Amino acid sequence: MDLISSLLELAQDYWPQFLRGLWTTVQLTVLSCLLGFCLAIPLALARLSKNWLISGPALVYSVCFRGSPLLVQVFLIYYGLPSVLLQFYGGDVPAMRESFFWPLLNAPFMLALIAFTLNTGAYMAEPIRGGIQSVPNGEREAALACGMSPRLLTRRVLLPRGLRIAIPALSNETILTMKATTLVSLVTMLDLMGAAGRAFTQTYDSKVYLVLVPFYLVLIWAIARIFALLEKRYNRYLVRKTV
Amino acid sequence: MIDLQGFGPQLLEGVLMTLRLAAVSLFLGIIIGLAAAIAKMSSIRWLARGVDILTNLLRGLPELLTILILYYGVQNLFNAIFEDFVEVDGFTAGVAALSLVFGSYASETFRGAFLAIPIGQIEAAKSFGMSPFTVFRRIQLPQMWRYALPGLGNLWLVLIKDTSLVSVVGLQELMRKTQIATSVTKSPFTFYSVAALIFIAITVVSTLFLRWIEKKSRRGVRMG
Repeated sequence: MDLISSLLELAQDYWPQFLRGLWTTVQLTVLSCLLGFCLAIPLALARLSKNWLISGPALVYSVCFRGSPLLVQVFLIYYGLPSVLLQFYGGDVPAMRESFFWPLLNAPFMLALIAFTLNTGAYMAEPIRGGIQSVPNGEREAALACGMSPRLLTRRVLLPRGLRIAIPALSNETILTMKATTLVSLVTMLDLMGAAGRAFTQTYDSKVYLVLVPFYLVLIWAIARIFALLEKRYNRYLVRKTV
Repeated sequence: MIDLQGFGPQLLEGVLMTLRLAAVSLFLGIIIGLAAAIAKMSSIRWLARGVDILTNLLRGLPELLTILILYYGVQNLFNAIFEDFVEVDGFTAGVAALSLVFGSYASETFRGAFLAIPIGQIEAAKSFGMSPFTVFRRIQLPQMWRYALPGLGNLWLVLIKDTSLVSVVGLQELMRKTQIATSVTKSPFTFYSVAALIFIAITVVSTLFLRWIEKKSRRGVRMG
């Protein structure tokens, strides 16, 4: 009881900070998952290509982004990218400020978004590839027999069917990405985790981290609900009614 | 070759610490996972329900948050118990968090693997007069690994990558050593690339090993 009342007190003192953090977390999750999904579709198709000049680079991309920790990738992009660009401009900071990249480098949110999009794109490509592969062969043959070109086959049959099969796995990836957004607090961004970190430095009360627990559980519940609705909408032809 | 500016031995030390952290967490995580899976399948309702809620909670929270809560929580708990300052180091907190998270995910893998054993074998063992414990020890436990292996392999790859999060509580593993190197040399791109490549090497080697051991575990079994 003592614990709960002190948690409520902390939540009461810092709620504007927490709400702003929550907004950052939600924005980052939604944007990086949408952009990552757009990246994942061409990646999955490239992985399935019979031409190794196309499937090879996609495989290397997949191994690199799924084989190293996201934290390393975030640091690499957040600290590494600007330093490489600075070298490109010969250490000339004013010239870099004038450049096309500056708005990107100046906004931590954009850098974090790039890192998360590249990462979640690599992870989402796998279930999409699996979904496309598990489209029944008969459907593929039927489409070919109708005289569809490979492009039309992909657009009208393989992708719509494959993506529907991948929905449950994509929901898992979205939850993982949401959990991973906590990492941006380590690159000075004030997401939910960052807000708690700041409250911790102000109060030296480590219980602030416990305040976050319900926030994240609600977020996960919300994502699961959204995907359940998507599944109900797009996979309604698959529902088997049990008598 | 990449110029490490004399930080090579430091990074190597970091790699060893990362591997040690991952290995200890794997060992404890498997024990926690097995115990949790057995608890979830037990007929004691409150135990099964309680463990279920706990593992779902641990699977739902971001790993970084779990690490921080345990790091400060265990510290406070020890201080309260011993009424004196006891320092909890990053390694202990890291192992505690990573093995609990690993165990929570593994409990589902193990539960599925136990359920995958054909019921006829268990009935046959019972009809031989084996006690429930003997059935578990001789029939269920040895065969369960084959079904659990692919799932455990994936969890191991996740575990390796999650070790980098323990750098937050100051453990001198690969990620922390890399951060120190970049703050001295001011070349973040080089050092974070090297760290990424080391992690990729570890995961690629792990993947190849897992593929080999899965093939080995399936010898003598007709699949499909």
